[in-house]
Amino acid sequence: MHVPDGFLDAPTSIATGAVAVGAVAVALRKANKELDERTAPMAGLVAAFIFATQMLQFPVGAGTSGHLIGGVLAAVLVGPWTALLCMSVVLLVQSLLFADGGLTALGTNIILMGLIPVAVGWLVFKVVTAIVRQRKGVAIGTATAALVSVPVAALGFVGLYEFGGTANIALSTLLSAMIGWHVLIGVGEAVISGLAVSSVLAVRPDLVYAARGAVAPPELQIRSTRSEGASS
Amino acid sequence: MGAGHGHRLHFHGHSAVHRLPAQCKLLALVLFVLCVVATPRTAYWAYALDAAALGVCIAASRVPVGYLAKRMLIELPFVVFALLLPFIALGDRTVVLGVEVSAEGLEAGLSLLAKATLGVVGGLLLAATTEPRDLLAGLEGRLPRQLIQIMAMMVRYLDVTSDQMRRMRIARESRGFVARNPRHWPVLAQGAGALFVRSYERGERVHLAMVSRGYVGQLPGLVHDEATTREWVTSLALPTTAAVAAVAGWWLR
Repeated sequence: MHVPDGFLDAPTSIATGAVAVGAVAVALRKANKELDERTAPMAGLVAAFIFATQMLQFPVGAGTSGHLIGGVLAAVLVGPWTALLCMSVVLLVQSLLFADGGLTALGTNIILMGLIPVAVGWLVFKVVTAIVRQRKGVAIGTATAALVSVPVAALGFVGLYEFGGTANIALSTLLSAMIGWHVLIGVGEAVISGLAVSSVLAVRPDLVYAARGAVAPPELQIRSTRSEGASS
Repeated sequence: MGAGHGHRLHFHGHSAVHRLPAQCKLLALVLFVLCVVATPRTAYWAYALDAAALGVCIAASRVPVGYLAKRMLIELPFVVFALLLPFIALGDRTVVLGVEVSAEGLEAGLSLLAKATLGVVGGLLLAATTEPRDLLAGLEGRLPRQLIQIMAMMVRYLDVTSDQMRRMRIARESRGFVARNPRHWPVLAQGAGALFVRSYERGERVHLAMVSRGYVGQLPGLVHDEATTREWVTSLALPTTAAVAAVAGWWLR
């Protein structure tokens, strides 16, 4: 759910916008190191991938469904800086071409769905992969990172709302409602992100940025039919 | 590949609003929503003025109102939140239609509804009257070049990637699989993984194709029209109205 215009007051919107601009500026510089001159085509395609996966509805039960946010998934697959760049571009395109998420709330949305998932998720991922190694560690790390990052983003939203919200809601009410709901969403995000990463690891481990060094690439096997020339 | 070109929100037309350069419309919209957000909460007549100004733009664009109204559904989750606000907010109580609600929550809910709706309608109008490539051209030179390039690539391959996912869903459904409960998540996750591999490999192919045509990290500039003073003045009429409404709202509070 993208925050629309009018949810937070003007000063908060401008402040979050400034933070987002700063984060994107740093990411632009660092992503160049992750991808060099391939940045534009690769990051563009990854952004299109994230956009598509955000349309992937997963059933939660009782007729309701959630959708992937994809910040942690992107960070593990292509690296945190490129992921932040991709998420920002996705949110920008969504607000300009799809009217999804307010223009004044763009900074807020970049912080909540880009910066927090990528930063918190990457940190958690690093801690988990330091404990559990190899392929299992990458999948478990991704799932844990996603599980943690969604409620933390919800917490970030509550914090911003306390600061620049337009109505006086009891903090505990908002907090319990937001966190409770987002832990559920986090479980879906965690399971799907973890499984998606492990399915990529199974076929193209070389594509997973976070698994470089952790998972050995499969060796090239040259096979030939042994009984050459033998007739049945 | 079985899908139309252009993006889903665009409404083809040649009205005055369609013809304005994208950068003018974009700046006008950003300033407009900023003014709307900065309008004091209870200045309902200011919202009415903003809505009237936006209405004039919609009329000038000749985009059917129904076309925009259908797409306003995107706002729905926040409408629910706005409607809940009077019941969950604190502060003095007041009675509306025999129900006791929070006066402050009621005000906040109404203003959120008004501001979010104005923002969404403004955004929809921009999307309906502006082609993605014009938008990119309008942003060129105003955002970092790298960001524009990423955006251009994303917009170009958006439909390809989305269609690929749609075809994967159709393939699943034609084999009798519909995800109904969390036990089906692994199937969806594998689909997402496969889509990533396909997107990444497509990115590599596109990159190689670009390199073989002389790409060294820069795209040739997009063709864009410089806006005339008159076009700037025309497009800034909308945010000016909103600014006047906001200032008057604070003045008369």
